[in-house]
This record gives sequence, structure tokens and C-alpha cells, in this order.
Amino acid sequence: MAVLFLVETAAGKVKKASFEIASYAAKVASQLGTEAIGLALGTASADELSALGIYGAKKIVHANNAAFDTFDAGATAKAIADAADKTGATVVAISQTLTGKAVAPRVAVRLQAGIISGAVGLPDADFVVKKGAFSGKAFAYMKINTDKKVISLVPNSVGATKGEGSATVEALDLTPATSRVTVKEVVRQTGDVAPLPEAELVVSAGRGMKGPENWGIVEDLAKVLGATTACSRPVADVHWRPHYEHVGQTGVAIRPNLYIAIGISGAIQHLAGVNQSKCIVVINKDPEAPFFKAADYGIVGDLFEVVPKFTEALKAFKASQH
Amino acid sequence: MKFLVCISLVPDTTTKISFVDGDTKFNNDKVQWILNPYDEWYALVRALELKEANGGNVTVVNVGGADNDQVIRKALAIGADDAIRIDITNDVDSFAIASEIAAVAKSGGYDMILLGKETISYNGSNLGGLLAELLDLPFVSYASKLDMAGNTATIERDIEGGKEILSVDVPFVISCSKGMAEARIPNMKGIMGAKSKPLNVVTPQGVGSLTSTVKYELPPAKSACKMISADNVEELVQLLHNEAKQI
Repeated sequence: MAVLFLVETAAGKVKKASFEIASYAAKVASQLGTEAIGLALGTASADELSALGIYGAKKIVHANNAAFDTFDAGATAKAIADAADKTGATVVAISQTLTGKAVAPRVAVRLQAGIISGAVGLPDADFVVKKGAFSGKAFAYMKINTDKKVISLVPNSVGATKGEGSATVEALDLTPATSRVTVKEVVRQTGDVAPLPEAELVVSAGRGMKGPENWGIVEDLAKVLGATTACSRPVADVHWRPHYEHVGQTGVAIRPNLYIAIGISGAIQHLAGVNQSKCIVVINKDPEAPFFKAADYGIVGDLFEVVPKFTEALKAFKASQH
Repeated sequence: MKFLVCISLVPDTTTKISFVDGDTKFNNDKVQWILNPYDEWYALVRALELKEANGGNVTVVNVGGADNDQVIRKALAIGADDAIRIDITNDVDSFAIASEIAAVAKSGGYDMILLGKETISYNGSNLGGLLAELLDLPFVSYASKLDMAGNTATIERDIEGGKEILSVDVPFVISCSKGMAEARIPNMKGIMGAKSKPLNVVTPQGVGSLTSTVKYELPPAKSACKMISADNVEELVQLLHNEAKQI
């Protein structure tokens, strides 16, 4: 018995969501009286992997084979299921990232395990897990009725718990399945902020910005906060901002700690993608904007005046903290 | 080319969600059921576009009871050639649904199985991966672009903060996200024609669920929004620090 979690890497670095899934797996393992083992696939440094010990993993098994560096859902799922067999894992925990969404159901079929995807909490003694449903408008408590279990956890839902220690890293020999997809090109945003689904702080802007040339004030605010930028659907539709920044029902669903919405009215489809944010700030010139009903803090005013002032106030605050 | 599009029925986006029987069942009362938007706008429409360009047949498949037929007809009105409804009226989980659809897919010999990136009801994103594994097919998720040349597809799919471009040969399973196609509104000819298109009702295999829903819960009511004067952004900074503890 063990709890196996998937360590996701990008360009050899462990992704932020994997710290959280390591913590989660360690907590599930402690509930079950067993240990959490991480599985890393492909090229990654041993130092990076052993650092997962801080988050509660005792051991990382590493299939250090370059064949795993390009993604194929089928091959990745087979590797995870094989690793579960080899480590005797009965629970597999995977972040509900885009990778997780593609592989977790396949792993479940391979292990003949029931799956709960979109978990936002730990299982109870009966293995009932809370998950989001109805696009943020409700939660469902689901029970897995099989011996083996697969859970995918929404990023930034339980947080990573830091402790002490380092994990041992062991080589694991897994035979890669022949990939049936050919990856031709990977295009990633530049910069060192967290990608949207994993971001804790998000500054988002909409049509109220009037044009793409005005985004400087949004980027300045995001920079002061160390936040990731996002946008509403109409803005992505007219290509003022890249497709991957679009949050909402048709775009990316996120649950950051802080979501600052600038010049976004708050249509129900937008709220569906952001209503799980822990704290929402709305800046809009229209006091009737529906977004205020979903917000924790609101400012009615001209964003072109309010946002730069807010950025300056934050700068002054940050300076005073040092 | 033979396309199979999985269509799910979900409560309309604006539905007020509530539960009955001690919060163990979704309250169906007065709920307007619609085609899951991602299944309809992206998966179905792209399948129709590919069929219109290169020929073929588009079948839609749904798991549910006879009440679903009216909404399934909308998919036929938009342009699907025929429909299959797997006749299940009790609550089953994604594994059971996938197993039933996999059985239909196996006997139909489809080149491509399309579906939306997730349903707006359970937001699980499970079905595509489950189907692909049950059928031992490649799976491409969150695809925003799909072009065919012969039997080879070139696909763009979403990854965190970017995109990946890949190629894969049919048969495969693909889940579709924004960018794939534009929503179509059925015209009068389509609506009239849909009435005479085949909607075949299939008896399920009876595959059991591996998970069960114990209860539902609504999120706690949001407290009123605290309004701050536009002339006092410093107060917002202080509130975010001292009260919300987010900065």
C-alpha cells in the first residue's frame, strides 16, 4: 500500500502544482498509515526531485528516460499505472492540470479504479471526497467504491504545506509505450510568473480597457504583485490578449487566492471560471456591474485613474514592508 | 470518414442550482436542459465542418432517458446525420457512461470520437480519457484547432500558458475547447429535417458505476462586497493586507 502522486515537470523543473499534490498525497498517506511516493517521468534533476521531501514525500521514483519528455496521454497513463503496480500503490493522486485531465481517467481504467476528478479536499474515513460541480455553483461529495482509487486535485485548492526533510530519489525502470502522437511544436508564454491555473495572484482585465495598447497599467499592477495576467472572453475574442489568458467558462477555470478584475462586468459565464477565487477585487466604473455582487472588495471609478494609483499604493506598501 | 460526437445534457448556464432529498439529489424542477455547450459548439460543429469538406457521416451519442430526445433532436437540426441514445435513466458515473459509449463506438467503427473539454455540470473532464483507454485509442485533450489531411490530423491543444502542436492518425479521441469552431444556430430546414432523421435507442450493457455521489452542498453565501472610495486606494491595500491577508 502506498499513495503515488505524479510529479509534473516543465523543462526539467518541478511545476508548482506538484508541490501541492505532494502535500496532498502525504496527508492521504498519513490517513491511511502509509507513505507518499512521487513519480517523475523524463528528464529532471535529482536535487529538484528530492526537494519534494519538504512537502511530505518520502520517496521519489524517477523514470529518467527522455522518451517521456514529450507528452502522449496514453504512454504517460501506462507509465503511471505500471509505477502504481511496481510500488504497490492503491491510491494515485494527480493534479487536475491539463496533463492531469488527459491522463488521470486513463490511469483509472488501467487500474480498474474509480476516479474523482476536480477534488478540492481530502478524503474522509469512508473515502468520500469533496469536488466542485456545476461550474463553481455547488460541490458534490463523491465516494470511490473500488479498492484502487484515482483522485485528481484542482490546483491551488488545498495549498502546499511546507515542512522539513528531503525525499530519496530512486531510479525506476519503466518501459515507455510507443507514442501514437507526434509532438511538433510547444509554444509557451515567457516570463517567470506561474501559468494561470496554478497562479495564486491574478490580475484580469476586460473590455473596459478600451484597447490592447492600454494594457500597460494592468501589467504594471501584476508586476508589483508578482501576479499572472488574465482577461475576459470578449478581449481574447478580438485578440487584444492571447487565447491562453482567457478565464471564464469557455476559457480557463481558476481559483487563485486573489483575483483582481478590472473593467470586467462579470457575466455569469465569466464568474463560472473565477467564482472559486478566495478573494475578489472588482474595479469598474459602473456601480451596477454584476461582478460587485460576487466581489469581496469593490471600487467604483475610472480604471485609468484607479489602477495606476492602486499600483503606486501597493509599491509604497511593499517598500514599507522591508 | 465516420465521426462519433458524444453529447451530454446539462442544466442551462443560468440555472439556479438546488438540491432535494436531504441534498442527495439535483433538483430537476423547472430546469432547462441544453446540449453541453462544448459538445455542441466545438465538437459537433467541427465534425460537421470536416464532413462538409471531405464527406462522411456524423453520429451523435447520448446516454439518458426518453426525456432527452427533444434536446438530441437539436444536434440533428444543427446537422448531425443520425443519433444514438443509450437508454439509461438512473444516475451512473463517468466510468459507466464511458463503458456504454465504448460499446457503441466499437461496433460502429468510427474514425474519430469528439466531445467537449468538459461538461458544465460535473466539470470532470473524465469521459474522453476513459473512452480512449477503454478503446485503446490515442487521446488529445483540450484541442483548439483540428485539420485533416487524409488520415492524419494536425491538432493544436491547450497546455498551461501556451499551446502544443501535434499530429496523430485516425482513429483517435479528441476533446475540444474554444477556438475549434463557432456555434451554429439551426435553421428552419434543419429543424424540419431533424424530425425524420434516425434516433436509435440502444439497450445498455448494464456496466456498473465505480463511484457514487453521497451528497451535494451549495457554497457559503458571499458576504456583501465592501466598497472603497476611488480616492482611497490605500484603504484597499490595507484591507487586502490586514483583513483578507492576501498581500
